[in-house]
Amino acid sequence: ADIISTVEFNYSGDLLATGDKGGRVVIFQREQENKSRPLSRGEYNVYSTFQSHEPEFDYLKSLEIEEKINKIRWLPQQNAAHFLLSTNDKTIKLWKISERDKRAEGYNLKDEDGRLRDPVRIKELRVPILRPMDLMVEASPRRIFANAHTYHINSISINSDCATYLSADDLRINLWHLEITNRSFNIVDIKPANMEELTEVITAAEFHPQHCNVLVYSSSKGTIRLCDMRAAALCDTHAKFFEEPEDPSSRSFFSEIISSISDVKFSHNGRYMMTRDYLSVKVWDLNMENRPVETYQVHEYLRSKLCSLYENDCIFDKFECCWNGADSTIMTGSYNNFFRMFDRTTRRDTTLEASRESSKARAILKPRKVCTGGKRKKDEISVDSLDFNKKILHTAWHPTENFIAVAATNNLYLFQDKVN
Amino acid sequence: MFVRGLKRKCFDGEEDIEGTLAGIKAIPSYNLQRQSLLDMSLVKLQLCHMLVEPNLCRSVLIANTVRQIQEEMTQDGTWQMINTQSTGQAPLDRLVSTDILCRSSREQAEGKHVPAYGTFNKDFEGDQGQDSSETMSAASSVQAPRNLQSNMWEMESPQESKGNFQKSLDQIFETLENKSSNSVEDLFSEVDNSYYDLDTMLTGMMSNTKMGHCDGLETFSSPTNTTSNSNCKSDLNELDHIVEILVES
Repeated sequence: ADIISTVEFNYSGDLLATGDKGGRVVIFQREQENKSRPLSRGEYNVYSTFQSHEPEFDYLKSLEIEEKINKIRWLPQQNAAHFLLSTNDKTIKLWKISERDKRAEGYNLKDEDGRLRDPVRIKELRVPILRPMDLMVEASPRRIFANAHTYHINSISINSDCATYLSADDLRINLWHLEITNRSFNIVDIKPANMEELTEVITAAEFHPQHCNVLVYSSSKGTIRLCDMRAAALCDTHAKFFEEPEDPSSRSFFSEIISSISDVKFSHNGRYMMTRDYLSVKVWDLNMENRPVETYQVHEYLRSKLCSLYENDCIFDKFECCWNGADSTIMTGSYNNFFRMFDRTTRRDTTLEASRESSKARAILKPRKVCTGGKRKKDEISVDSLDFNKKILHTAWHPTENFIAVAATNNLYLFQDKVN
Repeated sequence: MFVRGLKRKCFDGEEDIEGTLAGIKAIPSYNLQRQSLLDMSLVKLQLCHMLVEPNLCRSVLIANTVRQIQEEMTQDGTWQMINTQSTGQAPLDRLVSTDILCRSSREQAEGKHVPAYGTFNKDFEGDQGQDSSETMSAASSVQAPRNLQSNMWEMESPQESKGNFQKSLDQIFETLENKSSNSVEDLFSEVDNSYYDLDTMLTGMMSNTKMGHCDGLETFSSPTNTTSNSNCKSDLNELDHIVEILVES
């Protein structure tokens, strides 16, 4: 199994898609209610697997284009088939996943060996009959959106109009129509005329869940810009600018790096957005630009280790974050296969671990704790014992139920609320 | 704990280091830490340029860190200090910085640093010849940057680093020359961004090497323009070259 690089539930939560470093997409489907196995509801089984992207070679630059899937986004379902967008560094593809459970039989146009019969010899018109067959799930690429990005694509986001979507790379954001592959509109461009002056890149972008004219994008300097596409064709000028003033007492050479935002997500109700930087998660009210309304420390104990984390490159890890369906809880990953949940109403937080040892089927996860002080209590783990190779970068929350998917390197864990 | 079982803490535990070093050099400890961070960052930038396709976000963040450090050093006047040191002395000072940062604060508290310092120095000189070839070959392979970093970081000295940088610069030139087209005008007339980036980088590098003096250094408003022929200064000039160029790419 390859390293999982993205995880995403569809709008109903019945399907869960994962993309990996090898360019493959694996889709899981939720088990339906089954009287003979009452506990089976809630299990996800493999529904479809397909190779979305292949490695390519850019002959101009003599560089290989990785096939790693950076993001998957589902389209809202409009008919029996399911559609999703998957992207690597350079190319976005629209995939159609459809089921086939019937086969037409009874044609009399071909011989037994498959050769077409001479039309003169066919004496009767026979209408074929549909007969049931074993369920087959087919994935086919319907659109390929290529050659629009010079830099690496980090985000895709489907507009609430269900007709357009955006794709963002380090310096530009493009707007596409789902039906049109040979044209895309550039709506944000932060590339400086002289590349030597480059000091800031785009790290993530997303459309507002309800307002089809609003999008946000985050930067490597810890700022978020909200743009209104009604204002101008090119959204280089932002409508709102979100930035928290820096705390001068905690300034260090690493301040900028740890302020770089790795993920931005709107809440389901569209009133808030959440940003993830290296050490914390922040919730912003869209009406207040000068500071976040809530800040949660994910792993503050790493603040004194920043130099080492810079040396081993862990400081550049890009963690994602997600909301639950009700926007009451937020979740994000950490190291040592830990992931954290913050309840916004009770202000309580939990640390859980996604590992084989602690996750027997149906077993209840035990909360974990990292010891920061001198004396280590039993069951606590000290900061120095954390495994920085085991990082949880990608997590997803079911849109309506308390069901979460956690990707730990090349393993996918699914957890649900305790069933009484 | 960390990727390769590194035990050093860099400047985590700053306060302890400063206290125990009072006997040797209390004030420069921050400067040494800063210098080592600068070295580390430059190594990272160099390595990421040798990778297949450098991560732009990472390069920009590291380049910004380097700029920050250099700005601060210029304000301090430390920049000037480094430039005027002789060749012979500079490597040893760099060694000190690496050494002190490499040890845990506990060891220093116990006063073990004085004899260890001498030992480390000797070991280094003994291994120098062997390690330089090791780091050269490590640098030229397109392996995961972390392994390279650990090798280069442990054995680095300004002279070696200069050699390494020179070699990598040569490699970069070589690669770019193979890719460059015959007519520069053709490149500019095409509105293809990929060509543009490559060409800007190429012309930028070529003109810089011809001039032999760094635009980057001027950007940082370095106070000195004297014709100091210390290897250290030209070394830093080259490093500035790399910072400017790598951000472009």
